[in-house]
Parts: sequence; C-alpha cells; structure tokens
Amino acid sequence: MSTITEVPGGQASSLSSMLALPFRFLMGVLNAPMGAVQRRFGIAGMGAVFLAPNMLIFSVFVLIPVAINLAYSLTGGTAIFFDDRHFVGLEQYQTLLMCGDYAAPSTCLQDAFWQSVHNTAFFVLVQVTMLVLVSLGTALVLNREMRARGFWRGVFFFPVLLSPVVVGLIWKWILQRDGLLNAILLDFGFERILWLAERNWAMFWAIFVSVWAHLGFYALILLAGLQAIPRDLYEAAMMDGTGRMRVFWRITLPLLWPNLLVVIILALIKAVQIFDEAFVLTGGGPGTSTMFITQYIYETGFAHVLRNLGLASAASILMGIVLVGLTALQLVVSNRRARKEAA
Amino acid sequence: MKGLRRLACGALGLALSASVAHAATEVRIMWYSDGNEGEVLQDLIKRFESQNPDIKVVVDNVAFGVVKDQLPVQLEAGRGPDIVRVVELKSQARHWLDLRPHLKDPASLEKNFSNTLDWMREDGSNALPGFMTQLTITGPLVNTTLFEQAGVPVPGAKATWDEWAAAAKKVADSQKIPIALAFDRSGHRFMGPAISMGAKVMGPDGKPAVVDEGFKAMAQRIADWHKNGIMPREIWGGVAGTTYKGANEEFVNGQVAVYFSGSWQVAQFSQKIKDNFDWSAGPEPCGPAACTGMPGGAGLVAVKYTKSPKEVARVVEYLASEPVVREFSERTLFLPAHQGVAAKGVDFKSSDPNVKKSLDVFLNATRTADPLALKMQSYKWSGTIYAAVISRLGQVVAGEAQLADAYARIEEDIKQKVAEASR
Repeated sequence: MSTITEVPGGQASSLSSMLALPFRFLMGVLNAPMGAVQRRFGIAGMGAVFLAPNMLIFSVFVLIPVAINLAYSLTGGTAIFFDDRHFVGLEQYQTLLMCGDYAAPSTCLQDAFWQSVHNTAFFVLVQVTMLVLVSLGTALVLNREMRARGFWRGVFFFPVLLSPVVVGLIWKWILQRDGLLNAILLDFGFERILWLAERNWAMFWAIFVSVWAHLGFYALILLAGLQAIPRDLYEAAMMDGTGRMRVFWRITLPLLWPNLLVVIILALIKAVQIFDEAFVLTGGGPGTSTMFITQYIYETGFAHVLRNLGLASAASILMGIVLVGLTALQLVVSNRRARKEAA
Repeated sequence: MKGLRRLACGALGLALSASVAHAATEVRIMWYSDGNEGEVLQDLIKRFESQNPDIKVVVDNVAFGVVKDQLPVQLEAGRGPDIVRVVELKSQARHWLDLRPHLKDPASLEKNFSNTLDWMREDGSNALPGFMTQLTITGPLVNTTLFEQAGVPVPGAKATWDEWAAAAKKVADSQKIPIALAFDRSGHRFMGPAISMGAKVMGPDGKPAVVDEGFKAMAQRIADWHKNGIMPREIWGGVAGTTYKGANEEFVNGQVAVYFSGSWQVAQFSQKIKDNFDWSAGPEPCGPAACTGMPGGAGLVAVKYTKSPKEVARVVEYLASEPVVREFSERTLFLPAHQGVAAKGVDFKSSDPNVKKSLDVFLNATRTADPLALKMQSYKWSGTIYAAVISRLGQVVAGEAQLADAYARIEEDIKQKVAEASR
C-alpha cells in the first residue's frame, strides 16, 4: 500500500503535511472497506471495481436506451408503451429499405428517408472537406507570428461557444427575405435573393454556417499539432533554401497528418449527426432539399400526430450503425498512431 | 379566567379552520397560454376558491410543448393532471373522464357546447369530458390600408378564391409589396378552402378519401399562385415535412396584402401593429361548394385518472358557466365556444377598432362554417390528413414534385399511417 512520504524539517514541508491531513484521513477511512473489496475481488478485479460506477452511468444513459431503441424498431403501432405495441420483426427496416432505385429517392416507399440520406451524404462530403481545409488554413495563419495573435485565435474560436440554435437564428436573420444580407444587396442596387428558398443556396448556407460554427474547434486541434512540430526542422529547411510550398508538403503536412486524421474522423461523425443549426436555419427546406437523417427521425417519431416510433427507431439504428463504423475507424487510426509512436 | 377561556376558544377555532383549510381537496390544472389567458384564468379561479373553500385549485402554467410532448406519455402511464387545456382532443379522447355523473347540470353543458363536444370524445360516445375554452376559425386578414391606397375594394361576402387572389395581386403590384397572398403552412389551413372547392375528405366507409376533384381544384390553385408569384415560395416551400410556418412578421411589417390565417392572430396583431396601418378580418372566400373556414381551438378536459372527479366536475362546471365564459372571452379576445354567449354577442375589451371588427367577422364565420369543416375536428384521421397534405404540397411548391405525384403520395402516406395506427 502506498504511503505519503514526509520530508523532515522546513516550513513548506510542514504546511504540505498539514494540507495532506484531510486526504490522509479520507484514505484512512476508505482503507478498511477498500481492503475488504480487494480481498473479495482480488487485485486483478480492482480495475473492474473502479470502472463500475462509470459503466453504470454508461449503461443507464447509453446502453439501455440503445436496447430500448432496438426493441422499438422491432415493434409497430402508435402507442408509446411496449404493452400496447405489436412485434413486427424487421418490417420497419423493410419499409425503410424498400426502393426501386436507391439513387432515386422518389422510387422508394419512404422517399423522405432516402432523400435525407442523399442530402446527408452530400452534406458530409462537402462540409467535411471544406471544414478540414478551412480549419487547416486558419490554423496555419494563426500559427504565424502576428500582432494580437491571442485575440484572433479567440475570434475564430468564439462561434464554438454559441448554442447551435443561436447560430441558426443569427444566420436566419441575416439570410431571410428582409434580412441583413438582402438589405446590403438592395443598398448596392442589386436584386433581393431568397437565400433560403432556393435549393442550391439553402444547401450552400447550411454547409457554410456549419463550417463557420465548428471551424474554431478543429483549428484549435490542428494548431496544437502545428505547435508540436519541432522548430529546428523548419530552420534546417530554411538554411537549405527549401521553398514554402515544399516545406508545407514535406514537413508540415506529414507531421500534422495524425492530427488531421483525428479532425477528419471527428468532423465526419459530427456531420452525420447534423440537425439543430440546420433545422433552425432552413427547417429542412426548400422542399426536402436540406432535410437530413436526424430531421427525418424527429419528424417520423415526434412531429406527427400519430407517432411512428418503430420506423423512427429503425432509422436511428441504421444511422447508429454508420456512426459505429466511423467511430471504429477512429479507434483503428488512434491505435495505429499510438503503436507507431510507441515503436 | 374569562379571558383565558376566550383565548382558548379562539385558538381552537383557528386550529379547526386551519384543519378545514388543510382538508381542502386539491385540483390541478395543466394550462398553457398563448396570450393573457393564464392571468384571466387565475382571477376566475380565485373567485371560484372563495365560493368553494373545500377545493384548492392549483394552475400549473406550462409551455405548449409540455402539453404536446409530455402529457401523452403521462396519460399513457395512467397519470397526469386532474384537468388539462389541450389542442389534441380527439386523438387522446380515451384518457378523458366522462363528467356526466358528477355534474349538477349536465344538460346545460351539453346544450351550450353541443357543436364541439364530439371534438373531445370517442366516436359514438355521449361523454361530457369538458368544454372548448375558445373557438378559432381560419380566415383572411386584410391590410385595409394597402387596399385603400391601391383603390381596390376588399372582396365582400360570396367573393370567390380567384377574386380574392386577383384583388391581392392588384394591391401588391400597385403598392410594390413583395407578398400578395400568404397562407400559413398548415394542412388545417388548406382544408377549409379545399372544402369550399368541394373536397369531401372522407369516403362512404368513413375512411380518408382525400384526393378528389374539390381537393385538386384547391391544390392546383395553390401551385399556380406560387408559380405566378401571388404566394411567396418561402412559406409553403421553405421548410420540409410538417413544419409549420406563418407570415405573421411579414403581415405586421406591412408586406402582405391578404394573409390567410385565423382568429388567434387578432390579439397579437393588435399589440404589434398598433396604429401603423388598418387591418381587418375579411369574409370567408368562396368556392363552388361553400364559403368556409376551418374551426379549431383548445379545450379544457377532465383526465380519467383523477382521484377527485366530483371536485373536478365542480371546477369545470364553474369555468363553463355563461358569465365565466363571457368574461374569459371578453378579456382574452378569444371567440367563445359557448353557443349562448356567442349568440348574444361578446363585448371584446379592446380599444383597437380593428380588433372588434375582426372578431365580429370571425365570430360570424364560426356560425356559418360548413358542417364538413366542423366534422373534421372530430374526425380521427384529420391530423394524419393535414400532415400528408402539407408535406407533399410543400414539395410541389418547392419544385420537387408534380401535383400528380403529390396526390399519389398523399394517399399512400395516409394509407401507411392508418395501417400503422390500426395495428
């Protein structure tokens, strides 16, 4: 059993031993019960004992809801409680997956689901690409010596602190028919544009606002990666007269790659889950052009008078499978990186 | 000694009265407010409590979302408040308590709310679960100042939908405003005009049979008005699914000539528009079959799981009585569902002349609503129909679907929902 070593003599050590008193008292109190637990489970089992409280919370708030969700997806009807619902097996999944041509949502029984899958796929592809590029550019700029660097870092990070609903509302006020952007356009003699009523513009703004809101977080991760690159590599390259672009491709990017990979995977997971800011900004419109999977689940399970909880649960299980895949990818990448670093 | 005895008697009296007060039965009302109705209710309840010291009424003021999302779960679990103010009356009718055996005068409640009792009870039942706290009706709200400035007369009674749209367009063109005619994005709002055009909505077997010639006539007009720029795309086409969207802000800002919404807008328009311009409700636009709006509103109903049905019945009976309904309507600017009050007219308490004029028009519209429009409120599948109609016609307006595809999808959506709910 570990003990706290006392350093003899000196005011500082007597102060620290006084401060340690409550801690020692607490340890003394815990010693007896923990000893009993250790005798019961053995030293090897203590890891599980310490993990138990966390696992309990995880089970109550994650595992059990997932199991309930899965159970709902195998039932039908509009009742809320299981007693009044009917077991339908995989029928809800069949309903979701029944399609003439998966590339044409209008041929599917649940056309709104497939439209939302298409929209989400497009959003993820473009938003993640833009987010990574803009975050990288921002991190590179913020890594340079400049005046008020701390202030500029704060400016880029500020939107991350805003609630997604606030982000959606701010941009809605800017983009609506009589919003700020149209007022500026009209002032300069241009025509008013219905930014949120045109399909392409609405998707553009959904992506733009999402990138604006999240880039500060990812730029911060990349900035930390940039600062971890040894300066002497750049100095050596400078002495060799290497060009800036070559330095970027040969030194910065390879050494930043592990951070970049984490950023890509985190951004992918977050993008698949897109809902709140896009829902407030566009409401899924015009038509269904910015309706994403999470909104489909919300609409199906909660917005209708007759709540189709079975179908909504099945859709969320399918989305969960995609997210588990992305998370597994992140784990593989992190483990590989850890193994490389250890080697 | 005498003084001591008096003191002891006084203390005993106090203790007794305290124990009586303590013994008062508690009745909880779950209530949401759109305007000042919560404050008015509190005043009325105070009066009730002073006349009925054996009942303590607790009003739990909650957000509308609580009634919409949390109440159904409570009811399914056999719990909930004693009384609740709710809009989803029919779909939850199996949870309401039949107050008939507990009411002093059930005939009075039955007579005064006969038009709306079916909205809150199960099909074929004659239960008396409560009453409508207010009636709403859809209808056009007109910026009369813009009409005057444009020199265009406001269409009168019996004017058709086409005449309304043409007049609104003339005003918008002349006054250079962006929106001639705005419609709330809601299946409920669409259904009144569709019934006016001849939509029958239900088949002979009572099941939904939505897409018919009358329905198509209105749907075609909606599509055309969007194409012609009479209606703005960003309201019906701007959002997805069943999401509601209104044009309140645009109307308040003087950007809309005619706004097809309903009587519930009157109080907030009066508050926001002030004397910036004159406005008023217009008569219901007509189609070949009728000139009708869609009624609706919120009801106050007793919950089956209450432990104090007699006390609940006394509270409901008091709140549904003629003088109380009259005062509630006058102060909240809500249309009364009490037929006796409506017949005698209501002296709405507002200094704004636009309010009185509009509420009188709407009150009249409730009396002339088409029987089918009234029946829709008690129709089990009305919510399902509204949801399918608005999400699919929204896609047409946004240019994602053709009308023919939308008709097929509306029928398919309703069929799926009915099948799911009938499991």
